[in-house]
Amino acid sequence: MPSRILLPLGGLALAALLWAAGTAVLAANTPILAHFAPLEAFRALGRLVLDPILWEHILVSLQRVAVGLLFALAIGIPAGVLTGISRLFAAATTPLFQFLRMISPLSWMPIAVMVLGVGDAPVYFLLAFAAVWPILLNTAAGVTQLDRNWLLLARSLSATRGETIFRVILPGITAHILSGVRLAIGIIWIILVPAEMLGVSAGLGYFILDARDRLAYPDLMAAILIIGFLGFLLDHGARWLYQRWLHRA
Amino acid sequence: MNAPQSLASGLAPPGTETALSAESVSFAYAGTGPIFDQVSLTIRRREILCLLGGSGCGKSTLLRVLAGLETPSAGRVRFLGQPLARPHPRSALVFQQASLLPWLNVFDNARFGLDFKHQPATDADTRRVRVQAALDAVGLSGREQAWPAQLSGGQAQRVALARALAREPELLFADEPFSALDAITRAEMQSLLVEVVHRWHAAVLLVTHDIDEAILVADRILLMSGQPGRISHEWPVDIPHPRERHPATLTALRLQILAALRENTAAIPTHP
Repeated sequence: MPSRILLPLGGLALAALLWAAGTAVLAANTPILAHFAPLEAFRALGRLVLDPILWEHILVSLQRVAVGLLFALAIGIPAGVLTGISRLFAAATTPLFQFLRMISPLSWMPIAVMVLGVGDAPVYFLLAFAAVWPILLNTAAGVTQLDRNWLLLARSLSATRGETIFRVILPGITAHILSGVRLAIGIIWIILVPAEMLGVSAGLGYFILDARDRLAYPDLMAAILIIGFLGFLLDHGARWLYQRWLHRA
Repeated sequence: MNAPQSLASGLAPPGTETALSAESVSFAYAGTGPIFDQVSLTIRRREILCLLGGSGCGKSTLLRVLAGLETPSAGRVRFLGQPLARPHPRSALVFQQASLLPWLNVFDNARFGLDFKHQPATDADTRRVRVQAALDAVGLSGREQAWPAQLSGGQAQRVALARALAREPELLFADEPFSALDAITRAEMQSLLVEVVHRWHAAVLLVTHDIDEAILVADRILLMSGQPGRISHEWPVDIPHPRERHPATLTALRLQILAALRENTAAIPTHP
């Protein structure tokens, strides 16, 4: 028990010490870096947490995560099921998907802004585009690994197509989809901040740029801490969902 | 080479009415020779019919055709007198693997499929009562909330049996249902099967490669062999249960079956 709490806390404390030491050393030559020190950052964090403006930025960002993830699920699950059940579709699309998957989603940003305009739409597009691959690939893998006997059982019950999909296939691949979701959330969270640095006026990415422009460097560092902490929580939530499903299973 | 004995050869009950009949049924996958050819058989109501044969004789494929999971390339299958186009709602299947759905608990696994569109309409209470009765009968009272991952192989196969019984089948298709179990569990499951199908008034088509299983369980044994597979012998088994009390009769039957098997392998089986 102590090692489960003390060791992680020790690691975090050590990182904070290194951070403090680093800023102190660097500030000797570049005085402005003193504003990036942990003490200043935590003081700013304490102030910001009580500020409703910050919570609005957080809410906007989380909402973008949810919308991006929903789009990715809406496209990734059907496409993944299709890839899993149709050899023709898989053969036709696998090289294409592998090709698209390897392009950093941010490369699309200029095109996304030109086509979708400035605002939330290109951000949703970038997030969904980044998150769709792990969901699609995990779903397809889940379908190909389905127990054939479950499908035989469904046939022996004269199951309709809908009954087969909703009572056997989808629950049968839920664990795979959830592990895809966990990967997708990680990717979305990483893409979100740079995506919010372009053409939007709210969100944590915007907040970072805004803090820079205001020369509010402690706020900037506080925002980085918040981003890390929220990402940690999101990943934990996704993992909890996954474990919960597996425990039942 | 023995010609198939008359399949109408009258044995006294379990039942005289026909649950399922197959007339000159053949099956071939596209582009291959027939798996079995011109097979005719009748399963009477409340009868346990064993289809005995070595691996590769086509007995499992025959079961799938009779169950309506595959369409025969020739011949006809009738279930309670009606031509069979797809699995009949009054039939149920048990496979070698229990194939439980790991996201459902024992009770919901046993209930699975009862509410499907092509199943006889039942209300939720009826379904619950039926499932509970089936789980009680296979000895799983108290384990309703357990997850499949927590069950032993024998318990999982009991759930699979309960899932079949809950449908109150006229005919239960069982494809090597106990061959993945250890010997002791297998013996328990064999006597359980006999007991519950009698209570449920169900007929059984049991496909097996295990002679002992056939002679302990069956009311009638069909021996299938050859390529393409055909039914070469038939033995009625009218030894009362529990059959372990009649070792001499069992041994005599076992020797007859072994002799027939030897005869089949000696003359490589192409039927006239």
